[in-house]
Amino acid sequence: MTHRRDRTLITTGLARVEGEGAMYVRVSGSEVDEVRLDIYEPPRFFEAFLRGRSYTEPPDITARICGICPVAYQTSACQAIEDACGAHVEGPLADLRRLLYCGEWIGSHALHIYMLHAPDFLGYPGAIEMAADHRDIVERGLALRKAGNAIMTLLGGRSIHPVNVRVGGFYRAPSAAELAPLAQQLRDALPLALDTVRWAAGFGFPDFTCGHELLALSDPGRYPIEQGTLVTSGGLAFTAAEFEQYVTEEQVPHSTALHARLTGNGRDGDGRYLTGPLARYSLNSGALLPLAAQAAAEAGLGPECRNPFRSIIVRAVEVVCAIEEALRLIGEYRPPAQPAVPVTARAATGYGVSEAPRGVLYHRYDIGADGGIRSARIVPPTSQNQRAIEDDLRRFVAGRLDFDDEELTRACEQAIRNYDPCISCSTHFLDLRVDRR
Amino acid sequence: MTAAPTAGRAVVIGVGNEFRRDDGAGPEVVARLRGRVPDGAELVVSDGEPTRMIEAWAGLPLAVVVDAVRAEPAVPGRLHRLVLDGAAAGPPGSVSSHGLGLDEAIGLGRALDRMPGRLIVHAVEAADLSQGAGLTPAVAAAIDTLAAAVLRDLASPPR
Repeated sequence: MTHRRDRTLITTGLARVEGEGAMYVRVSGSEVDEVRLDIYEPPRFFEAFLRGRSYTEPPDITARICGICPVAYQTSACQAIEDACGAHVEGPLADLRRLLYCGEWIGSHALHIYMLHAPDFLGYPGAIEMAADHRDIVERGLALRKAGNAIMTLLGGRSIHPVNVRVGGFYRAPSAAELAPLAQQLRDALPLALDTVRWAAGFGFPDFTCGHELLALSDPGRYPIEQGTLVTSGGLAFTAAEFEQYVTEEQVPHSTALHARLTGNGRDGDGRYLTGPLARYSLNSGALLPLAAQAAAEAGLGPECRNPFRSIIVRAVEVVCAIEEALRLIGEYRPPAQPAVPVTARAATGYGVSEAPRGVLYHRYDIGADGGIRSARIVPPTSQNQRAIEDDLRRFVAGRLDFDDEELTRACEQAIRNYDPCISCSTHFLDLRVDRR
Repeated sequence: MTAAPTAGRAVVIGVGNEFRRDDGAGPEVVARLRGRVPDGAELVVSDGEPTRMIEAWAGLPLAVVVDAVRAEPAVPGRLHRLVLDGAAAGPPGSVSSHGLGLDEAIGLGRALDRMPGRLIVHAVEAADLSQGAGLTPAVAAAIDTLAAAVLRDLASPPR
């Protein structure tokens, strides 16, 4: 077919990603000319929307950026504001925050593994078709997601856009007795999570590795979830307050998301880096809890994983780890004396980072003496990963130019879904078409 | 199969995002209905993610979904009402696998036998789905009519 010489693949309205995105690939002969992931992302709007608001509002407002990872936005926002105001959330309140975040990891990862990503490996166009043949498997995914949602509902007040989170902690802290049924639900979910790792490990994976610098949080002695400092595979180590010294963002024409690049220590090259499950695992696999570590080993994951297609296994391992951690936190829970520590506004700048399911989420707020927000900066994981995703696509396409267009497009979409891009985070429109016959 | 219908049990799901202008129509209708729905009817705001939709409506005799829609050409504020009776048994129809929308929720609900006995969808045509708070006038003007229509649906449950 002559069309294989020069061709352009355009996929608008990418399927099975969170939000709105499009992919553009142009090939001339045996060269890949251009690869673009066009994404439309809302954080810039929210940064403007937050200006002039009270310092107490970002947790609730930024939770609206993403229906899948509201806890990540709430947590990074709380930490940044508490940092600015000199408040410290510790002990049971910090544990509750970590427990809530475990719920989000479980729910978000289960959704991506089962509804969005697994159909690629099993040859289905989507979860609906997969459910027709593998109902038990899809039911297992739904049960895991439900267990995650149950944590979010109990601690957050509801599973979508939790309303119980506030700067300094929570509006209301649960009693130990309220957490007991949750523990039972999580104990029931644990074997499902372990089965998920074994199931995902049996998929066929393209032979493909990425060489990006990896960026993740580090939280000594623990797998990083809701807090930590930043480390990279290239040896950088910095705090949330130093984030903007090491990560710079720039506008590119095809995307409303800014492209991030890693700088510092005389780095050259294009500064691309990867955050998210592969980076988190590769930089922290030694901190996995025992069952998760064992499941990872049995699944054939070494101490690091650089094949983005195998990220589905890493997510499954992280679900096990989050359930183990949630059970530990519930087992050791003693209700706090107060549901929140006082946080008094002062003129200052604060910084917060946490590990959203898709990777590092950074918030910065400049607060005035009156408690009004002067400026806000939000750097979500997907804009950080965009350059790495495009680089992977370029190399992935170059090695598969013998594929026909349909096959190549499908392979590229699968490659994009490796990163679980959350690319418009907040809304899913129902398109209405009226057919008149 | 869905559980045996219990008279009066229902869920109203307002789908949308109040920070995307007219996409906030569903949540606004739910806000307007607070304190006004009959006993046994639950009000839910959702981003429309299919597994959450299924969880909200599974086993109920009636689910009423309110959502903003894009239409071309659009008549902002124009209302549509679609009824799927015995939704669990129907053919898959034109369910696509793109995105994460109501058609996925219906497709997945059917594949897993987790549909409500009757599903009623109220759709309002949107004028503006860009980022920002607040409904456009045409859509805002339709909210009371939509809320009243939902209350009528709740008052005449499927038999």
